[in-house]
Amino acid sequence: MDDLDAFRQEVRQWLDAHCPAAMRVPGPEEVVMGGSQAVFATVEQQHWFERMRDKGWFAPGWPTQYGGGGLDAQRVRVLEDEMRRMKCRVPQVNIGIWMLGPVLLEFGTEAQKQRFLPPMTRGEQGWCQGFSEPNAGSDLASLKMAARADGDHYVVSGAKIWTSGADKADWMYALVRTDAAAPKHLGISLLLIDMKSPGITVRPIELISGASKFCQVFFDDVRVPAENLVGPVNGGWAVAKRLLQHEREAMSKMGDLNLPTQCELVPTVRRFLADGAAPGDRAIRQRAVACAMDEHAYHLTVARMGQQAKARMDVAGLMAIVKLVHTEQDKRKSAVLIDAMGNRGLGWEGEEFTEDELATVRQWLLSYTLTIAGGSSEVQLNIIAKRVLGLPGN
Amino acid sequence: MNMVFSEEQRLLADTARDFLDAHCPVAALRRLRDGRDALGYDPEVWRQMVDLGWTAIPFPEALGGLDFGYSGMGAVFEQMGRTLAASPLFATVVLGGSALSLGGTPEQQAAHIGPIIAGDRRFALAVDEGRRHDPAAIALAARRTEAGYTLDGEKVFVLDGHVADWLVVAARTAGRAGEQAGLSLFLVDAKTPGVERQRNRVLDSRNAARVRFNGVRVDAAALLGQADAGWALLDEILDRGRACLAAEMLGMGQWLFDTTMHYLKERIQFDVPIGSFQALQHRAAWLYAELELARSTVMAGLAAINADAGERRQLVSLAKAKMGAVLERISGEAVQMHGGIGVTDELDVGLYLKRGRVARHVFGDNDFHAQRYGEGIGLLEAGV
Repeated sequence: MDDLDAFRQEVRQWLDAHCPAAMRVPGPEEVVMGGSQAVFATVEQQHWFERMRDKGWFAPGWPTQYGGGGLDAQRVRVLEDEMRRMKCRVPQVNIGIWMLGPVLLEFGTEAQKQRFLPPMTRGEQGWCQGFSEPNAGSDLASLKMAARADGDHYVVSGAKIWTSGADKADWMYALVRTDAAAPKHLGISLLLIDMKSPGITVRPIELISGASKFCQVFFDDVRVPAENLVGPVNGGWAVAKRLLQHEREAMSKMGDLNLPTQCELVPTVRRFLADGAAPGDRAIRQRAVACAMDEHAYHLTVARMGQQAKARMDVAGLMAIVKLVHTEQDKRKSAVLIDAMGNRGLGWEGEEFTEDELATVRQWLLSYTLTIAGGSSEVQLNIIAKRVLGLPGN
Repeated sequence: MNMVFSEEQRLLADTARDFLDAHCPVAALRRLRDGRDALGYDPEVWRQMVDLGWTAIPFPEALGGLDFGYSGMGAVFEQMGRTLAASPLFATVVLGGSALSLGGTPEQQAAHIGPIIAGDRRFALAVDEGRRHDPAAIALAARRTEAGYTLDGEKVFVLDGHVADWLVVAARTAGRAGEQAGLSLFLVDAKTPGVERQRNRVLDSRNAARVRFNGVRVDAAALLGQADAGWALLDEILDRGRACLAAEMLGMGQWLFDTTMHYLKERIQFDVPIGSFQALQHRAAWLYAELELARSTVMAGLAAINADAGERRQLVSLAKAKMGAVLERISGEAVQMHGGIGVTDELDVGLYLKRGRVARHVFGDNDFHAQRYGEGIGLLEAGV
C-alpha cells in the first residue's frame, strides 16, 4: 500500500467516524452559509461544520500557517473523491474560500494573507462578490463604482447589483474603478470592503420566483484602508479573470451539495397526466419526450467531456457550451412541466397546493434567472463564436 | 458508455479520411449523378474499400472479420458522410451482413459472409412497404408450402435493391399488419423467378428500388432466424443500420458546419467578413453546441450496439432523432448563410442537403424515433 492509499484509508475512517449519518443523505435543510451569521438548521449540521473546521478541511489544500489542511493536490483530490463517494454534504458554502482565497494566496501580500485567510478557514467570515453594477452587466469592464485615493484610504461611491448573499456577508471583494481616465480594462482594482463600514446600504432584490438570493448594495463615500487593495493598483482586471477561473471549480462543488434531486421531468409528467386525457395532452407528452431526449444528450455530452479530458483531448469547446445548454434546456423543461400541471401549476401559496407543486412553480420562475446569471446565454454565445469558432470581432 | 474513439478507431478514421479525400470526393458523386450511372457507385472505389478491409470491420474473427465493432464501423461511416461517398458498404455489410451474423445458421453464414467480405456479393434489405418507415406494418406475405415458402407482395425504397445479388426480405408469416409478432426474414436470390425490380432515381443520386415479389418460391432453408419471431432480429439489424446512418449524418453535419464557418470568415459584405455580425455568430454558436450534443448521442448509439436491447433501442433512437434534427438545422443554415450561391447546383452544400433528407428518412425519421424513445421511457403509448 503506498502513501496515498494509506491516506485514503485514513480519510475514510475519519469521515466515517465524524460525518453524521444525516449529513450523508440529501435533506431539505438550507445549506450553511459560512460567516458570522451562519445558521444551523440541525445539530448534525453544526457538528459536521465544527468537525470539518477543526480538522482544517474547510480549505484542505491551503498551508497550515493560514489555517488550511496543508494537503498536496493529490490528497485534496482523494478527500474530495471520498466525500463524494460517501455522499457527504459540503459542510458550508463559502465563496471566500472557493474564489477569493486562491487569489489572495497568489496575489495577496503576506499581511493580507495573515489577516484574511485564517478567519475564512474557521468559517467565521462570509464573503460576497461585488462585480456587476446596474450599468455593467454583460459588459462587466464598463463598471463605474469609484474608489478615490485619499491619504491611506480609498473613498468608495457607487452601487453593485446582483450580489448574492450581500445581506449576510461580513466582507465583499469588489471591482472598483481607480482610474477613470484609463482605457476601461486598465483602470480597475480589486478591493476588500468590510460590510460594516459606514455608508453601505444593502437592499435585497425580490425575484419573480419570490426568492431574494440577490441584493443591491449602495456605497456612499465608504472609507476603505488602502492596504485592502489586492494585487497592483489598476491591475484588478487580471486578478478578476483569475478569480473567475476558480468560479468553475466552485460551481462543481455546488454540484456536490447533496441537495434533493430536482423533480424529474418524466415521472412528474407521467404523474400529472395519469388522471385521464385532456385535449392537448398528447402534444405535451411529445414535448416532454423532446425535453427528455435533449437532457439525455446533455448528460452524455458531460460524460463525454470527462472521457475526453481523461484521454488528454481538448475539451475547451465542450466546456464553453455546458452552461448555455443546461440553462436553456432547463427553461424549456420547466415550461413543459408547468403546462402538464395545468392549473396545479399556477399556485403561489396556501393549502390548496402541495409543496411539490409550489416548488415546481418557483423552479419554473427560477429557470428564467439562470439563463441570465453567471454570464447570460448571449454572452455564452459570444464566447463560443469568438473563442471556439474563431469568428472575427467587429 | 465509451464515447471517445480508441487509438485503433482513430487510425481507421484517419485512413478512411485520406482515402476518401483522394479517391471519393464529392466530385465523384457528381460524376455518378451526371452520368446517370447504372450502378450508383464506382466499382473501382468499392474494390479499394474492400482491399482496405472495410467489409470485414464488424464481423467476428471466427467469421473471417476484424471484429472492430460498430464504433469502428461508425468511424468509417462518419468519414463517408464527409465526402458523400456512395458504396454498397451500408446495404451489403451493415444490413445484409448483420442479418447473417445475427440470424444466420452456420451454413448460411459460411455460404455468404466470405463473399461479402471479399466484395463479391451485394445484399439489400427489403423492409418498407408504405409511405413512412413502419416495420410492424409489414404485409408482404410468405405462405408456407410443402417445399418452403411462397412470397407475394411489394417492397419500396429498398436501398441498393436493383444491384443486389441477394435480398433479405422481411415478410409476414402469421398475424396481421400492425403486429410485431408473425414476421420472418428470408434470404432470396435476386434472380429467383417472380422477383421484379425497378430502380428509382431519388434525391441523393444513389439507388433505391421498388421490388415486387410475384409468387416467389424459396425453399425452407431460405428462412433466416426463427419463423414468426423475426421482429427482434429485424429490430437489431435496423438499429445497426440506424447507428451507421447517424454516424454518416454526423460526418455530413461536420462538413457543412466547417464549410459554413470558413465561408463566414471569407465572405466580405459591408466591407467586413459576414462572420463578424452577431446575428450570424449566435446562430453559428448554437449550431456548434447542437452538433456537439448530437455527436455524443451518435458515439453512444454506436457503443450501445452490443448493449442489452432496451438500452440499445433508447440510445440508437436518440442518436438517429437528434442527429437527424441537427443535420436538418445545419443544412438549412448552411444554405441560408451562403446566400444566393447556396441554392445553386454548383455549390456542394445542396448535395448534402439532399443526401441528408434521405438519410434522415431511412429506417425512421426524427418523429419515428422520438415516438420509439418516448415509448421506451413510458411517456408515449405504442400506436399511431
